[in-house]
Parts: sequence; C-alpha cells; structure tokens
Amino acid sequence: MDTNTLIFLAMLLPTLAMFGNMGFHNKPDLRDGFTFICAVLTFTSVVAILSNVGNATTEEISLFEVFPGLDIAFNVEPLGLLFALVASGLWIVTHVYGLGYMRSNNESHHARFFACFSGAIASAIGIAFAANMFTLFLFYEILTISTYPLVAHKGTPEAIRGARIYLGVLIGSSIALQLTAVIWTYTLAGTLDFTQGGILEGKVSGVLVPILLGLYAFGIGKAALMPFHKWLPAAMVAPTPVSALLHAVAVVKAGVFTMLKVGIYIFGIDFLAETGASEWLMWLAAYSIIAASVIAMQQDNLKKRLAYSTVSQLSYITLGMALATQMGVLGGGMHIAMHAVGKITLFMCAGAIYVATHKTEISQMQGLGRVMPITFAAFLIGALSIIGLPPLGGSWSKWLLMVGAADAGHQIMIGVLMLSSLLNVAYLLPIVGRGFFLKDATNNAVVGIREAPLLVWLPPALTAVGCVIMFFYAGHIQAFLMPITGVVR
Amino acid sequence: MSSEAQHVALSLQDHLPVLQVLIPFLAGPLIVLLGSRTLAWPVAFIASFAAFVCSGLLLSQVMNGGFISYHIGGWAPPLGIEYRVDAANALVLLLISGISTVVLPFAKPSVADEIPQRHHTLFYATFMLCLTGLLGVVITGDAFNVFVFLEISSLSTYVLVAKGASKDRRALSAAYDYLIMGTIGATFFVIGLGLLYMATGTLNMADMADRIAALGTNRTVQAGFAFIIIGMGLKAAMFPLHHWLPNAYNYAPSAVTAFLAATATKAAIYVMLRFMFSVFQPDFVLDMGATWIIGLLAVIAMFVASFIAVFQNNFKRMLAYSSIAQIGYMLLGISMFNLNGLTATMVHLFNHGITKAALFMAVGALVLRTGTTFYDRIAGMGRVMPFTGAAVVVGGLSLIGVPGTAGFISKWVLVQAAFDNGWWWMALAIMASSLLAVIYVWRIVEALYLHAPNPEAEHQEAPLMMLGPIWIMAGACVWFGFDTELTLGTARTAAEALLAGSAGMAEIPTAAMH
Repeated sequence: MDTNTLIFLAMLLPTLAMFGNMGFHNKPDLRDGFTFICAVLTFTSVVAILSNVGNATTEEISLFEVFPGLDIAFNVEPLGLLFALVASGLWIVTHVYGLGYMRSNNESHHARFFACFSGAIASAIGIAFAANMFTLFLFYEILTISTYPLVAHKGTPEAIRGARIYLGVLIGSSIALQLTAVIWTYTLAGTLDFTQGGILEGKVSGVLVPILLGLYAFGIGKAALMPFHKWLPAAMVAPTPVSALLHAVAVVKAGVFTMLKVGIYIFGIDFLAETGASEWLMWLAAYSIIAASVIAMQQDNLKKRLAYSTVSQLSYITLGMALATQMGVLGGGMHIAMHAVGKITLFMCAGAIYVATHKTEISQMQGLGRVMPITFAAFLIGALSIIGLPPLGGSWSKWLLMVGAADAGHQIMIGVLMLSSLLNVAYLLPIVGRGFFLKDATNNAVVGIREAPLLVWLPPALTAVGCVIMFFYAGHIQAFLMPITGVVR
Repeated sequence: MSSEAQHVALSLQDHLPVLQVLIPFLAGPLIVLLGSRTLAWPVAFIASFAAFVCSGLLLSQVMNGGFISYHIGGWAPPLGIEYRVDAANALVLLLISGISTVVLPFAKPSVADEIPQRHHTLFYATFMLCLTGLLGVVITGDAFNVFVFLEISSLSTYVLVAKGASKDRRALSAAYDYLIMGTIGATFFVIGLGLLYMATGTLNMADMADRIAALGTNRTVQAGFAFIIIGMGLKAAMFPLHHWLPNAYNYAPSAVTAFLAATATKAAIYVMLRFMFSVFQPDFVLDMGATWIIGLLAVIAMFVASFIAVFQNNFKRMLAYSSIAQIGYMLLGISMFNLNGLTATMVHLFNHGITKAALFMAVGALVLRTGTTFYDRIAGMGRVMPFTGAAVVVGGLSLIGVPGTAGFISKWVLVQAAFDNGWWWMALAIMASSLLAVIYVWRIVEALYLHAPNPEAEHQEAPLMMLGPIWIMAGACVWFGFDTELTLGTARTAAEALLAGSAGMAEIPTAAMH
C-alpha cells in the first residue's frame, strides 16, 4: 500500500478503536477484541511503512493549511518511525496485559479506560509522523488531554490530586513555555518544518539561543527534566497498564522524542555545537540523572521508585541531545526503544505483583520471588537492561551515549553515566534480591508458586525476552537511525 | 454624488446595509403589535436570520478590502447619515447577527424555563431592539448615530438583564448598576463627541477624520479623544471599568448572558478601534500615549481578572471574570500597535465571541436541569449530560487557547505581535496568564466530571433545541481553529485598513449606494 495511506491508517485505526470502545461499551468481549484487532493492524501498518521506505525521509503530505506557512502535515523519518514502531508494537502487548489487569482487578469503567488508551496511541502516532513543529504540538496537547482521564481513573481524592498535578504541569509548561518557543521560532524562521540541519542557523544568535532552547527544554514537560518532573510520580496513581504504556512508552517518550526532534531538526546539532547553547542543558540533564536516581532509592512504593527511575532515564536522552554530537543523538534515539522495552517490563511486573498479592510497597515483597518466579525473573531482566548490562538492549544505548560524551570532550559525562548505572543497581536489584532471598516475616510457609493470571504475567515475560533480542539487533537500529545525524550512508 | 442619486433601478442587494439594521428594528415593534406569544419567537428568529444573511452578503463583498458606503435616504454625507461597511465591521456584524441567530433557538426552552410567560412577547421584542442597537453601532459611519444606537442597545440590555429577576431578585440591582455605569459611559462618549463636533463642525466619521488631521495639536480634540476612549472602555468592560459586568452577566437570564457576552463588549471594542484608528490617526494615538495606558490596563486585566476567576464557585460568574481577562487580550493587541496586534484583536473578538457563546449556553443547559450555576450543585452533571459536558470542555479548551481551537489562533497571532515588537517578555506574560485560564477551566471540568451527580438535579440531557445551538458554537470553536481563512483573513484585511488611518476611510468606495 501507498505510504501516505499507511500513515493515515496508522492514526485512524487507534481512533477507530477509541470510537469502537465508546460504541460497544456494553459488550466487553466484542469491544476488547475489536481493540485488539485494531492494535495489530496499527502495528502492521507501521511495519508496512518500514518495509516501504526503510530509513529514508519521505516528502511531507499536507493535510491542510491553517494559515500561510503553518500547516498540518506528516512525513516519515527514521526517528519518528522508530517511535511509532515502539508505541504501536508495545500497544498490542499492553492491551493484552490491560485486559488481564482490569478484569482480574475488578476495575470499573473499562470502556472509558480503553477508549482513552486508544486515543492516546493515536496521538502518539500523530506525534511520531508530524512533519513540522505545529503538527507535533497539536498532537502533543491531544495526548495530554486524552491521558488525563486515565490518570484520574480511580476517582479517589488521591487520583484526582495526582491527575491535577499531571495536567497542570503538562498543559502549563507546554502552553506557557513550549508554545512561546514555537511561535518565536516561527517569527524567526518563517517556517516550522523539521529540516535536516535545523532552521534556526543564522536567524538567532547570542544569549537568545540558550533562552530559546530553555523554553523548549522546560516547555516539553513530558520529557520530565527537573524541575518539571513532579507530574510523573503523581501520575502513578493510575492503574498499572497506564503507567506501563503511557508513562514508560507513549507519554514520556513523546516528550524526549520531541526533545530530540527540536535538537536535530529545529536547532540542528551543528548549530548547537557551534554556539554551545546546549551546554547548560547537558549539566542540568546530568543533575537530573543523578538526583532522580538518588530520590528513587528512597522510595518504598514500587511504582514511585520506577517513576523516578524513568525521570532519570529520560534525562539520558535529553543528555544525548544536549551533547550535540552524532553519537550522542544516536544514543538518545536508541535509548527511546531500549528504555521503553525495559521499563514497560518493570511496570508490568509491578502490576502483576499487585494483581496477585495487592502489595505496592517494596518492603512487603519479601519472599515473593519464590511465589512468582516468572514475574521476578522478568523483572530482573528488565532491571539489568535499565542498568545497562550486556547481553541486554540497554547496554548499547548507554555505550553510544558514552562515546558521544567522549566526542563532545565532556569526559565527565561518562562518569555521570557510570555513577547512574551504579545507582540503578542500588535501587533496582534489591527488589529482586528481597523477592528471592529474604523470607516473608509474617508467613513463613512457602505457599508454592502462585502467579498472576496468564494474561498478566505473559506480557512482561515477552518484553523481557525482547530486551535480550534487542541486544543482538542494536546494530540494525543504529544503522537505521544513522540518517538523523545528517551522515549519508 | 448628486448625479449618482438619480439612479433608480436599485436592487435589493444594494440596500443590504440599511436592511441589516432595519429588519430587526421593524421586527421589535411587530412582535409587540402582534401581541402573540406563539408568534413572537418565529418573528424574532426570522428577522435575526435575515440579518445574518445580510451580514454574510456584506462580508463577502468587502472581505478582500474596499468598503461600501450607503447614504440613508439618499442624503449625501457629511450632511446625511452614512452607513459604511468594510472588513472590520462586516466581521463584527457577522458575529453579532450570527450569535443572535444561534442563541434564539436556544433561548426558546431557556426563556420558557427562566422567565414568566407573560413577559415572553416583550422579551423577544426587547431582544430584537438590542440586536438592532448593536448592529447599528457597528455599521454606521456617523459618529452621533453611534451614540443613538448605543443607547438603543444599552436601554434594551438593562431590560433584558432585569428579566432575570423572576429567578433571582438581585438581577434588579445588577441591572440598576449596569444602568448607572452604562449611562456614565454613554455620557462620556457623547461629551467626547460634543468636543469633537465643537472642534470640527461635522459628525460624519470620515469627514471628521480629515478635519482633525488638519487641526494639528488641539486640546479640545485631545480631550474628546480621552472622553470617547473612557466612555467606550466602560462599555467594553476595560479594567478597571469592569465592575458592572460580573453581576450583570451573572443574574441575567442564560440566553441574554450568552448573547451579550458574545456581542456587546465586542461592539464597544470595535467602536474604540474605529475611533482610534480611523477618526483619529494612529500617530495621534501614539502621541497621546494611549497605547501604554491601554496596554498596562490590559495586562493587569489579564492577570487580575483571571486570578479572580480562579477563585469563583459559580460557573457563570467565573466566565464573567474570564471575559474581563479576555477583553484584556483584545486591548493588548491594540496596544501592540502593529499589524499582527490589530489582527489579533479583530480575530480574538470573533473567536472569543463564539467561545463564550458556547460556554454561556452550556451554562443555560445546566441551569435548566439543576436550577443553579454553583459548582457544588452542578457537580457530576457532565456524566448525566454528556453532550453539554463535552461542549464545556471544548469551549474551555478554546478559552485556554489549546491548539485545534479558535482561541489558539488568536493567541498565536497575539504572541507573534509581541515578538514583532521584540517584547519576548510580553509573549511569556501572555502565556503565563493562559495558565490561570488552565486552572479556572479545569476547576469546572473537575466539578462536572469527577463527582457523583447532584441527586436533587434532573438527570437528563438538555433538549435538542439547546444542544443544537451549543454544539454549533462548540463546533465553530474547533472549525475556526483549523480553517482560518474567514476569521484571520478578514481580520488581517481589517487591520491593514485600520493601520492606514484615515487614509483607509477616504478611499473611493467600491460601491456607493443610497
């Protein structure tokens, strides 16, 4: 099929799933089956785009013009395609997981839940294929709004408070800072098209460059750069499938994806390197990496700990952009995929533990590894990938980031990344250790293996296997992403 | 001109400018004469729709520049009264007549619910007079005629606001406040006109503009300018002259609030623009330092009124304060004094009009089912009235200026104007004030969705007669967030003409009619 048709299909199918969920809200099996089919077809479309264009950049197709120089347009380029592949691929897994979780946990309002979920995927795909900053911003905002009901899902005062922080930070930062930056860029450059090498070179200079970059960096609240990270732990009140897909994949990755897009296609890596405008951002990202890891160590709530770990890991990608070297950007791009698969595994395991035992605090999880061996094994693999140990996917992106830091002449950033790995070990592995080696104080008798239902433990097991597989295919991903650095293959 | 007066074969189309005002003007007395409750609404609706068609046809003639000059009764200006239509006022005419046409169907069930039956006939008659006044203020090219129509619209507005008394007696004192403040405003305006007449000896705007330019620096003219701006500022609820607005909007019947909020202040802003740029010269305004004063007051309004809106517990009152803040954006556009700034004012005038119409009508639907507008009493109604609730969300997003809505377009152009002047801190201030809008909009969304529905309320979606108009306006909020040819295109044409000063008025008309 024609690539342009496929792009629209990839956005239309999740939208269709959204309306399907609303329409069939009284028929659970039909509704969930329909969504599953849509998810599979969406992924198929994205894969078909991949087989059509490979890692080429296609001409943009303009849907229509809002006013001169500002249109809603889409195209395919490697970074966006990678993001779309990750989001749509993991949607299938998470949908299955979500079914198991929601049903065995007796959560309410399934139709609304899955409708919003599908809407979020549709906007994530829109972000991935946006051909200019305006289109991206449009879908960025839709993504925020469509995920708000998911965070507030439980309707408890705590959930409402969390959702309020979520919305306040994301809408607030994007409207106040990011939109200002977008309009400023438009006034300076007269266009917002994502162009290889950037559109700002020669249009702005001096101290205004770092200010403009700052407006973007803080305005992209979804990238959870400190001090705009508070929404992420607050959003952990959402049911775990939401945390898994949205807060390990779609939402946060949309943030760092936007960050990379801005660095590569709006400013241009060379322009950033020449002006040194991103140097402060690099230091801030480094601070974010370390500080979030330290905070993560103090969290007893498993999901909160994972949330802070995400804050830290997202800053890896921001760091990659801020290094303004080819390897840094490549590493950042690859980390989108690697971290997504690793972190979704961890979140789904956290959800599986909750479904089986209703435990949320790490201190309660002693000896659970023996009761739920598959879940804990998957958790271990995911954790090792996040830490960045071979033979798991996460090791490669971290490697590239370190090379990028060396290229940029900031050897100290290598130290930051290594320190972060150590901190990762310190806050992730004790969870597994507790599970396998400590005895449950209240209940000495081991009750035998009692995993969560199949639909809940199988998806994290699959993504854990994915972490291993991606280690061996990292070279392909790197070659695939090569064009974003401006190097001709 | 006298030779043109001999033309006899004039088609109906040539009389559009006068028909625009005449149709609703005649419909008012007709409703009273018919004296029938059943006929009142249809007559009003047909008249309003005809006015809407007129303004649509007028706009299509001038939206690419040029203007129509119509001489009432064939008397040539400056002695006769001239109606003058260009892109700037055609857009406002379209807004006013369009809002009235959409609000009237909504008004039918809403008025039946909120106003005693014996007042219905008079209500629609007054509504027509109000429409006449607003259209007249906007279309006329004669300065004194502005005052006449202003009084027609104001007096009928006081009556309309007072009609809320059967529901809440405080509507009477709100109407009284509005009467006093409105009269002061109108008096200021007419004093200003008197001073100008004294200095120039004419009342035709174009003529006046020429003579003012010839006068040079003149104290009388300067005083006239100040009186006119303050008088209109009062009518437009320019901070700190806004005190009448929250009560008037709050206690007026829902349909009246929806109509007034979307039109009345906008007409005043338009008159302000017309006087500042076409009658006085842009240079004159700059010399007076008016842009700084207006800009400062605008910024204060954006923050203070939004801040007050955040703490309201009454949906209608919250929207009223939000209106004051949004008027701040329009005034800020004027004070930027560049093409994008004026475009932003014009386009926000339109976009904010449709946004507020959608929101105030949604309030009316909630009032129909719950009888009140307080957050704690309308809590959870979004769940039992899904379409009304969704319209509140769409309107609210447009109020914030989220992309994909009309409000976003205005904000975009306004921020662009700030960058054109090199005021990037102002751009940040505009966006920061939007954050307050996020808070006050989200408070109402949370109230509507995140609580159990009020058990005392009637758990039923609003009737189709209300939902239709609400969703036409909510749909328009989204539509004009994408298709900006009509709104932004016309606004830009209008802004270009305004910035040209009296030169924009003095050119040869594209069509002269009488």
